[in-house]
Amino acid sequence: MKALIWQGTNKVGIETVPDPTLLLPSDAIVKITSTAICGSDLHLLDGYIPSMEKGDIMGHEFMGEVVEVGRDVKRLKVGDRVIVPFNIACGLCDHCTRGNYSACDNTNPNHRMAEALYGAVSGGGLFGYSHMYGGYAGGQAQYVRVPFADVGGFKIESNLRDDQVLFLTDIFPTGYQAAENCQIVKGRDVVAVFGAGPVGQFAARSAQMLGAAKVIIVDRVPERLKMAEAAGIETINYEQTDVLIALREATGGRGPDHVIDAVGMEAHGHGPGALVDTAKQKMRLSFDRITALRWAILSCAKGGTVSMPGVYGGLIDKLPMGAAFAKGLVFRMGQTHTHRYVRPLLAHIEKGDIDPSFVITHRATLDEAPELYKTFRDKHDGCIKVVLDPWGQPTGKA
Amino acid sequence: MPADQQEPQAGKIGGRGSAVHGSAASFEDPLEPQASTTGASMSLLERGVVAVAGATLATLGLRGHPFARIALMGAGIGLTIVAVQGKNPLATALKIQQDPETGETLVSDAVTIAKPADALYAIWRKLENLPQLMTHLQEVRVLDERRSHWTVKAPVGEVGWDAEITADEPGQRIAWQSLPGASVENSGEVIFRAAPGKRGTEVIVRLRYKAPGGTAGAVVARIAGQEPSQQLRDDLMRFKREQELGFAPTTEGQTSGRAAHEAKKSAGKGEQMQADKQAPRAQKQGEAQ
Repeated sequence: MKALIWQGTNKVGIETVPDPTLLLPSDAIVKITSTAICGSDLHLLDGYIPSMEKGDIMGHEFMGEVVEVGRDVKRLKVGDRVIVPFNIACGLCDHCTRGNYSACDNTNPNHRMAEALYGAVSGGGLFGYSHMYGGYAGGQAQYVRVPFADVGGFKIESNLRDDQVLFLTDIFPTGYQAAENCQIVKGRDVVAVFGAGPVGQFAARSAQMLGAAKVIIVDRVPERLKMAEAAGIETINYEQTDVLIALREATGGRGPDHVIDAVGMEAHGHGPGALVDTAKQKMRLSFDRITALRWAILSCAKGGTVSMPGVYGGLIDKLPMGAAFAKGLVFRMGQTHTHRYVRPLLAHIEKGDIDPSFVITHRATLDEAPELYKTFRDKHDGCIKVVLDPWGQPTGKA
Repeated sequence: MPADQQEPQAGKIGGRGSAVHGSAASFEDPLEPQASTTGASMSLLERGVVAVAGATLATLGLRGHPFARIALMGAGIGLTIVAVQGKNPLATALKIQQDPETGETLVSDAVTIAKPADALYAIWRKLENLPQLMTHLQEVRVLDERRSHWTVKAPVGEVGWDAEITADEPGQRIAWQSLPGASVENSGEVIFRAAPGKRGTEVIVRLRYKAPGGTAGAVVARIAGQEPSQQLRDDLMRFKREQELGFAPTTEGQTSGRAAHEAKKSAGKGEQMQADKQAPRAQKQGEAQ
């Protein structure tokens, strides 16, 4: 099959590799019909996530059709159309049974690598996201092995298009969880979102769905702000105005009741975190990173929430902790418990409350993916979200 | 462990006292942490070697290029300080735990498993099972009610010793200790206690042993990845997953572009390799690609 392979820092390419096979009786094989590039994949492209190995198959936002199931798979059968969350959960451990799927104890075979960096106990495995997170082959490919298939395979039985349900694998739940973490008081609370990338877009619309009185989004890329405006979200371009003053004005001097930092370690919303491995990255990115989080803390109203779907990997200094303390802020963060949100959010999509395909700006075939990685990374051509067809023939034009 | 070191030290270091002598009553008390210090005290021999090395470097630092003098003098003085303090700085950096009284290296870890204590205890109490639970063990042969013979894989061949069970509290705790004459003096215990909130059982394993080669040996072993604390972590996670899932999660044997990359490397050509020798799935299913 064809797959997008990590070939080293700043190098991804399409290669022909063996088709995946069942390794355990609880596995399924899915033929992928749609797959996407996530902002967090750029951390891998740029070589900032340790423990990638040349030859790794990338991709953690994918859906498709079940073509093979192991003998212990009970809920899925061949022919089922499924979406698969980016994190891998066992469904049996204490965290999973409480709905905290991303904290699964049991799905990362390389738990010790993560423990060495973060102490305590590793979270669950992830598709296509370094060996520290299990080294599971990802889904920017024609087929993928889905371990713990009964837990991770969610059947889509309505006739919604791939485009409309694909983002249930990651960015929609990630944005939604960020908004939910704010515990928005309906008709009263004002929510500000830093970063208008895909996760920021979903966080802002989720805040609207959860009843925020007003949602404000902050970015500098005009087409991203325009996309948010289309949904009735107020926008602030931080390159054109002093963001802290603009937010004060927009909230009558109170500050937003809750602030969502959808920027993270590399100015792209979501994705699994990993330790920032080089000083080089810190040198290059600490300004952006600390600025977004600092703005979030400084702008937030007293008693408010700083919700962080954006990924942080390492150590941060010069964080205005005194301001956070003085205002009594609540911090909520972490990987998305994707499995928890798939069904409720699918119901929202089916009801027509939201059509997640609004975020797509680019469609291409898998063969064109290496080029699209660069377009996405460089924010060229108005690129916000790329969806790939693993089976399409190259058209020559992305 | 020599007989003269086996005096009860209850109240002083609870963990050890109960590990070795293990009365049922001791478990009624809250579990005390093992007394330990991070870092390891060096033996007199180790200190002597380091002191001589330090003095030599410092002496060499009396002449030569000014920069070399500063470097040699600094290193010499540093080693001398290490020798005087008697603490192995690498052991401290690597967080190797040591019993301050006996000089034994301590290793402990814990895991919570969603299974009842009795079931987990029963698995451990069958000592023949231990090599499956603790991978460094090659074999445990039960000799009689209390005594058993343990074998471990060693860099060269294998090492064996006799051990005895020193405490056995069904559903709660098992403790063991090597008998005098063992090549590696060691002891251990496993404790089972209910996790709050019906989360199953907390399994705590504590091992102690005299590291061959003193603190330097412990440091080398840790760096080489053969050190028991790392093995123990893996062992407990494997046990938890075996109990909770019935299998270990794996990616072994999964597809990747690795074969192509390695082939490319050895062939020394930039050409992309066709790694798959089997028919691709699409063809198998008669689908158009």
